Amino acid sequence: MTTTRSVMPFDEALERFEPVLGLETHVELGTESKMFCGCPTAFGAPPNTQVCPVCLALPGALPVANDQAIESTIRIGLALNCTIAEWCRFARKNYFYPDMPKNYQISQYDEPLCTDGHLDVEVDGRTVRVEIERVHLEEDTGKSTHVGGATGRIHGADYSIVDYNRAGIPLVEIVTRPIAGTDRLAPEVARAYVTELRELMRSLGVSDVRMEQGSLRCDVNVSLMPRGAAEWGTRTETKNVNSLRSVERAVRGEIERQAAVLADGGRIVQETRHFHEDTGATTSGRSKEEAQDYRYFPEPDLLPIAPAPEWVEELRARLPELPTARRRRLQAEWGVSDLDMAAMRNADAVDLVEATVAAGAPAADARKWWMGELARRANESGTALADLPIEPGQIARVVELVASGALTDKLARQVLEGLLAGEGSPDEIVEARGLRVVSDEGELIAIIDQVLAANTDAADKVRAGKVAAAGALVGGVMKASRGKADAARARELILQRLGVAG
Amino acid sequence: MSAITRDEVAHLARLSRLALADDELEHYATQLDDIIGAVARVAEVATDDIPPSSHALPLTNVYRPDEVRPGLTPEQALAAAPAVEDGRFRVPRILGEEA
Amino acid sequence: MSLTHRNAAELGALMAAGEVSAVEVAQAHLDRVAEVDSRVHAFLHVAAESALEQARAVDARRAAGEKLGPLAGVPIAHKDVFTTRDMPTTAGSKILEGYRPPYDATVTTRLREAGLVILGKTNLDEFAMGSSTENSAYGPTRNPWDLDRVPGGSSGGSSAAVASYQAPLSTGTDTGGSIRQPAAVTGIVGMKPTYGGSSRYGLIAFASSLDTPGPFARTVLDAALLHEAFSGHDVMDTTSIHAEVPPVVEAARQADVAGLRVGVVREFGGEGYQPGVTARFQEAVELLESLGAKVTEVSCPSFTYALPAYYLIAPSECSSNLARFDGMRYGLRVADDGTRSAEEVMALTRAAGFGAEVKRRIMLGTYALSSGYYDAYYGSAQKVRTLIARDFEAAFHQVDVLISPTTPTTAFPIGERADDPMAMYLADLCTIPANLAGNAAISVPCGRADEDGLPVGLQIMAPVLGDDRCYRVGAAVEKAFEDRWGGPLLKEAPSL
Repeated sequence: MTTTRSVMPFDEALERFEPVLGLETHVELGTESKMFCGCPTAFGAPPNTQVCPVCLALPGALPVANDQAIESTIRIGLALNCTIAEWCRFARKNYFYPDMPKNYQISQYDEPLCTDGHLDVEVDGRTVRVEIERVHLEEDTGKSTHVGGATGRIHGADYSIVDYNRAGIPLVEIVTRPIAGTDRLAPEVARAYVTELRELMRSLGVSDVRMEQGSLRCDVNVSLMPRGAAEWGTRTETKNVNSLRSVERAVRGEIERQAAVLADGGRIVQETRHFHEDTGATTSGRSKEEAQDYRYFPEPDLLPIAPAPEWVEELRARLPELPTARRRRLQAEWGVSDLDMAAMRNADAVDLVEATVAAGAPAADARKWWMGELARRANESGTALADLPIEPGQIARVVELVASGALTDKLARQVLEGLLAGEGSPDEIVEARGLRVVSDEGELIAIIDQVLAANTDAADKVRAGKVAAAGALVGGVMKASRGKADAARARELILQRLGVAG
Repeated sequence: MSAITRDEVAHLARLSRLALADDELEHYATQLDDIIGAVARVAEVATDDIPPSSHALPLTNVYRPDEVRPGLTPEQALAAAPAVEDGRFRVPRILGEEA
Repeated sequence: MSLTHRNAAELGALMAAGEVSAVEVAQAHLDRVAEVDSRVHAFLHVAAESALEQARAVDARRAAGEKLGPLAGVPIAHKDVFTTRDMPTTAGSKILEGYRPPYDATVTTRLREAGLVILGKTNLDEFAMGSSTENSAYGPTRNPWDLDRVPGGSSGGSSAAVASYQAPLSTGTDTGGSIRQPAAVTGIVGMKPTYGGSSRYGLIAFASSLDTPGPFARTVLDAALLHEAFSGHDVMDTTSIHAEVPPVVEAARQADVAGLRVGVVREFGGEGYQPGVTARFQEAVELLESLGAKVTEVSCPSFTYALPAYYLIAPSECSSNLARFDGMRYGLRVADDGTRSAEEVMALTRAAGFGAEVKRRIMLGTYALSSGYYDAYYGSAQKVRTLIARDFEAAFHQVDVLISPTTPTTAFPIGERADDPMAMYLADLCTIPANLAGNAAISVPCGRADEDGLPVGLQIMAPVLGDDRCYRVGAAVEKAFEDRWGGPLLKEAPSL
């Protein structure tokens, strides 16, 4: 055993080495039915309730390809500026594994549906073009649960139990060409690429791309070469990278690890590594006794795919506005800075703000609520912003109530609280919680008179010209009205009643 | 071209998940060698200008609409399983991870 | 004449006329099965109860005045490679012993819809790999002409069942000759439809790009009726052809070859062919000429590469198709003692559950697909496939059908080729080209070889979707031979 320093600090690693990245992303398509059979695809169904002879690979069953999955893959290819094959085939990838019922995966090999595209991503104000090598269509596997042993992990388990609900869900694999020259931005580029890809999928409406549910999964390839070297180093493939933050951390972690190995005169082994969310480190996958030989061959049960060029052009023409263009448009419409826009993207708030604006709220208000109070709440409860039980339309209504003077910001926050607690619509909550601003002047004056009577010292000071002392009285009014008074109006009235002209 | 060794048969058996005894390996080595020696003739006429055919007929583009169809109940799905636990197929411990 | 010696068309007519009930017909056949199958071993599973129940249902529908198809109530023996939800489905393999599928194959469904009464499931070479039915895990089937000889294979249970009058009809599957060769060596009719003309859904796959369900019968017309009953487009099988079933029944009735151009495949004959086979084939050629056909010789040079190409393509596909039999979800599982890994249990299960021929082909296919060998073996075989399709195409510019002997020899003795795979593979020499190119082809009886008195088959090959031509020529040959012989060839078979 060598006593290698296990990691080299990132900055030092980057001084000595240049990273080359590669990303393989799997996207589960959001089709109604599976890739090769009519089983439903809903996430989280009880085990083995979404299966049939085809996806269980019962003897005699045959696959029939889902037309929507083919169309979605072509649309993804078009959105990624790919060339769409005029004729290509499915292929069988042969290997034995209990979560794969046929013991081969129907995939594509040397004839992918889409090739040679690119996706531009913005990092640090700089545009990086990520070349796409291929986009192909395949099927997902079932899910194993490992029982016994220490931690429910595969190693050391006594046995496993398998649910095939996920087996056969259409999966699109998007493979980049090696991404060189990103230098110390490598982790951010990787993250930005996956972020951009996710937004692209969303705008195409082909997948819900929820990384936490596994409908977008990422394998990260990293290699290092000494600065100035002509040849790329040996790469590792890190699997199991299932959040945007993890993509960034996995790249960073692998750069630091490889740099330490190389600096110590070690050699990088071409291998699969596993990413651990808890530590951010990767560990080596079990090394295989022999190199895999998948014995790919054209799938005889399925016919070649030959998309008519006119149809492909039609799909191209019907592509929606893509995320980059949309972001530029929205930024201009909303009049926000690059920084604010980036913050909204990072918080996954762009769609929500857009929907809130569409529901009638001014952009600045929509942004204020989503990026302020709601972001804070989401953060506190550890949920995604979009998963908060609150609708853009409800926010728009709250904004409207504030603008009309019916609510103060403070009261609006209480309405949000009610919304999050599922107490009904904003209006119902205002009603039920009695949150409406006191707009009846008589009622307000009565409260003021009470406060003045109880605070004669302060009242005298104001009468004597110390107008600043009115603040305490306004506070008293707000307290007495349980926040429902209009503070500005209360101040005016206080000054008036104390004979100090406003 | 051929000459299949015992080791090669052992490799093929591993790839095909067939636990073969030593005497079987010998036996299959001889037979596979004979067969492969005979079928290797295909290379004589398989020149570069001939396109390969993976299918019997040159059909393309046959798909199904993206519609949910009734499948099996979990009871039917699991009926023939050698071992079941918790509504799932119980399988022996899985070594390593692939793909 | 006893009910079991009647043809399907006759039985259908008798039942339609109310002269006999479906239950009587089914019972007569079940009695015959009980009488002879202990010697023939055509069936792996006899479904007496359900057969009688199906027959009763047909009788009831008829009594209710329902208009039924020509085969309603006719008994059929079903190859045990099609899934059946009410009967075990084993594919002749120990790995599926006792397995009951939760769904019916499309062919099974269509048999039921046509009112055919399924008597049971017939024996076959394990996973349809073989030419003798000796590779069944459940023991060999015997040839009714000589119980010491094979009934052909892989559909040997189905050929033997029909040849021994246990059923007037049976189903088969033909991947390299598995219908035509058993039909030839048992003296009956067997048809391989155009690939994609009959559905593979629920047919346990051997080689997906070659497997074709087809009928066995004692007459060409019966075969056509059954062909029509279960063929046609199926949305569950992507490779199934979206076209009308060719007019096979009409063609079988037409039985006319005057003016038809018939090509004799030059490459199939001569050395390696049993003299009695060659002699009977020559007679068939002369017969066709006497019936007004224009017979010429046609060369199909690539056909000599069909056998090696087949023994690369079929094993390659089978190595992958049979991967699902791993003891995880259904079927046999051995050695799961709680200490072994899934990988080990799979390998031990497959070693215990598969027979020698299946293992041989899986390894052969694994080899042919391996990196480094793919181009030389699987890749080259696929090119041969293209060449064979081109030979067919060129030939069918000159002639309407091609003919050859169905097999180079008559039925061989049980055990003779059991451990000599190369000798066994030669049984499919003449039948394989039609599988590789997807063409239609039929085997009809053309007499008995002088040296052993065993049946010889004539193969008639037609273009893709030219299935009707096979029936038209086959029926003409059948009629002329029966006139000459004074009845069907099968009446010469020894009674069991």
